Amino acid sequence: MMRRFTLIAVPYLWLLALFLVPFVIVLKISLSDIALARPPYAPHFDWATGIWAFLSELDFENFTWLTQDDLYWKAYLSSLKIALISTTLTLLVGYPMAYAMARAPSEWRATLMMLVILPFWTSFLIRVYAWMGILSNEGFLNQFLLWTGVISEPLTILNTNTAVYIGIVYTYLPFMILPIYAALERLDDSLIEAAEDLGCSRLTAFWLVTIPLSKTGIIAGCFLVFIPVLGEFVIPSLLGGSDTLMIGKVLWEEFFSNRDWPVASAVAVVLLLLLIIPIILFQRNQQKQQEAEQ
Amino acid sequence: MRRLSWFNTVSLTLGFAFLYVPMIILVVYSFNDSKLVTVWAGFSTKWYGELMQNEAFLNAAWVTIKVAVISSTIATVLGTMAAYVLVRGGRFMGRTLFSGMIYAPLVMPEVITGLSLLLLFIGLGFDRGIMTIVLAHTTFSMCYVSVVVSSRLVTFDRSLEEAALDLGCSPAEAFRLVTLPIIAPAVISGWLLAFTLSLDDLVIASFTSGPAATTLPIKIYSAVRLGVSPEINALSTIMIAIVTFGVITVSLVNKRQMVRQKRDEQAAERS
Repeated sequence: MMRRFTLIAVPYLWLLALFLVPFVIVLKISLSDIALARPPYAPHFDWATGIWAFLSELDFENFTWLTQDDLYWKAYLSSLKIALISTTLTLLVGYPMAYAMARAPSEWRATLMMLVILPFWTSFLIRVYAWMGILSNEGFLNQFLLWTGVISEPLTILNTNTAVYIGIVYTYLPFMILPIYAALERLDDSLIEAAEDLGCSRLTAFWLVTIPLSKTGIIAGCFLVFIPVLGEFVIPSLLGGSDTLMIGKVLWEEFFSNRDWPVASAVAVVLLLLLIIPIILFQRNQQKQQEAEQ
Repeated sequence: MRRLSWFNTVSLTLGFAFLYVPMIILVVYSFNDSKLVTVWAGFSTKWYGELMQNEAFLNAAWVTIKVAVISSTIATVLGTMAAYVLVRGGRFMGRTLFSGMIYAPLVMPEVITGLSLLLLFIGLGFDRGIMTIVLAHTTFSMCYVSVVVSSRLVTFDRSLEEAALDLGCSPAEAFRLVTLPIIAPAVISGWLLAFTLSLDDLVIASFTSGPAATTLPIKIYSAVRLGVSPEINALSTIMIAIVTFGVITVSLVNKRQMVRQKRDEQAAERS
């Protein structure tokens, strides 16, 4: 019995202390005032004065501040927009690849899988960096396009939202391909043959049979891209321009440049609230899939 | 045997070109003689030489490896324990909270994890350095380990453990002699995942490290922000080479193991 207790208690306490407690602290600091001190905030909540004193003085100053300064509004909206567009783009690039992988001869599949997973093991930072050399004004893409004569002036791509989209699609592509591939691989070919026998064209059979049967994979892939992209920092900071507003970048700057911890914490709390809905939807989808498998 | 239609062939070719051409360009230009990364001026390995002279990069690499080895080892132990509790633990108080805390870090934006841990460390008065990065990395990578290991534990035939217990093993012996060897591949891939996650992490490390401990991603990030440099290309090439070697080795070992397992199963069926 003692052994079982230890087995549960050790990871449990670790996560409580290093995952849950930190969140409570973020919540607490998001409700406190900024102060020119170290640490630079004046807490409202003090164990000594007790919970009633805390509640009587409670204000949502930092949160009202977030609604007043339109920087934050714009950043939240533009993160949502960037995450939506890039998830759609990743789906459009990833679905045909996953489809082709599932159709490939079975002896190729393990190799194709490895080729998709390999970039995932390579440093994220390096993969983003690789695009800096390609997209810059004198980069390879412009050199190539000038050489072929498609354009006569170099295009400005680096430090724009276009570069951010390219970077996101590139780095998150494996997350989209793998769940869709898993769903398509289980798909029974005879279903499509049946649809074609019953008079569907190949395209309608694809639309009416293949797409609905790979739905769980599509949903899982979309959430696996959408959720982390919403809080993305590295890509907008390296590939985006000064007008690329993303909430992860705003939080970082609020914290490291402005040293406004209460506002940074409030930004984090709102971002978390924004994420709760997609996370719950994602977990529902995963549960449904697990039940379907059993 | 099925053949790929032209559409599938085209989408695979274009897709893999998109995934690999940027890396190939990066690697090729690490051997460029010119300081300008985008102009080819002949073959040279001088940037690798300069990299080896760069004290700051070498120190950062050493810190990163230390953090990754320590944190992924602790994370593997804790993550395996957590997976065992989730799959085998039965009911206990706060089980829902526990499984929530295992899955939440997987989807948590890094900026939030980093910020919250930093605020905790400051609240506790910890000196930020290697120890705080290790604590932070262990916390999020143990969740990944536990997901990998529990997916293996779910498919595990429980009667094998029960047989060991019936034959007189203590629970600890049954775990060491029966369970552990069977889940070992998952534990090893969990460790590798934790190790690469730690090696890779910029955001959480930036929040939780102090001036005394700079990891390689932090160093690379601050260099890259100023623009493209051939030294970073050389460093990236070394890292890509190590990862490629590692992934190919692991997949070959797995393949051999699978072949052997199949052979053993067939032999068992015959006898």
